[in-house]
Amino acid sequence: MAPQQRKPHVCRNPDLIRGVGKYSRSKMYHKRGLWAIKAKNGGAFPKHEKKVADAAPAVKPPKFYPADDVKKPLVNKRKARPTKLRASITPGTVLIILAGRFKGKRVVFLKQLTSGLLLVTGPFKINGVPLRRVNQSYVIATSTKVDISGVDAQKFDDKYFGKKVEKKKTKSEGEFFEAEKEEKNTLPQDKKDDQKSVDAALIKSIESVPDLKSYLGARFSLKAGMKPHELVF
Amino acid sequence: MVKGREGERIRLYTRGTVLGYKRSKSNQYPNTSLVQIEGVNTKEEVAWYAGKKMAYIYKAKVKKNGSHYRCIWGKVTRPHGNTGIVRAKFKSNLPPKSMGARVRVFMYPSNI
Repeated sequence: MAPQQRKPHVCRNPDLIRGVGKYSRSKMYHKRGLWAIKAKNGGAFPKHEKKVADAAPAVKPPKFYPADDVKKPLVNKRKARPTKLRASITPGTVLIILAGRFKGKRVVFLKQLTSGLLLVTGPFKINGVPLRRVNQSYVIATSTKVDISGVDAQKFDDKYFGKKVEKKKTKSEGEFFEAEKEEKNTLPQDKKDDQKSVDAALIKSIESVPDLKSYLGARFSLKAGMKPHELVF
Repeated sequence: MVKGREGERIRLYTRGTVLGYKRSKSNQYPNTSLVQIEGVNTKEEVAWYAGKKMAYIYKAKVKKNGSHYRCIWGKVTRPHGNTGIVRAKFKSNLPPKSMGARVRVFMYPSNI
């Protein structure tokens, strides 16, 4: 017989009606071939010895039984994932920011960070928007795409944008008031360099497309008679 | 808000008018307001606006947080009837003086 092909087994004792089989007990005994198995084994049905279970290590009865049964929390199999990215947003898409300091600005999308926020850049030279995170819900994706292949956005993640933890050292009164004002307002130079390096490749690909630079420099606004539900972006 | 550049005036919201509260002939339910959004005339057009945030902005004599302007936030919940009127719920109920007043319907949370 072919090793892996077995015919699906037909029932040995078909139902006449539910609960009543066609063959009697003795007929089924014969059909199953139990007489042959017995004969092979010398008159008795083959048995194997029970495995001896290892004696469970002696456990002292616990000192404390809680009054009510403790409930176990339900199993939670949810995984934390970044927000699903809309199909209209792909790396290089021009987005319109709808709220915040840069509302109305048209901006280039670089990638989605692990927190779900979108990493976006003006580019800074064109419209003053730096490398920034933006939430997907506060953005409209346009159909305009920019070629982003020259841009390396690998090193940017949510930590890069996090708040810097300041070391607390000065506690004496005289120095207290002075030290606070020092480091707050200036952007560290390496962030400025990151901005320049990301924008350099971008600006090149933007300038190769006619009018794209002024498009990105202009802001979006609703005018009289414009109905957002009828606009195609 | 940065006040440095006061340049272009940009409108990123649609204008709306508060019509009143949800009501029947002799009873009104102030927890939901009815809003007429400019340019929206059918139930199908309202679908785009479902869930969008709205703000009712008003002025007061006393400065709060450095401004005379105050705001009640809310959102579009569902269409009301067949001709583009919209039901809206606000963080706190709109005051009766808002009837006939302007409301800003923003384009976020966006789905485009």
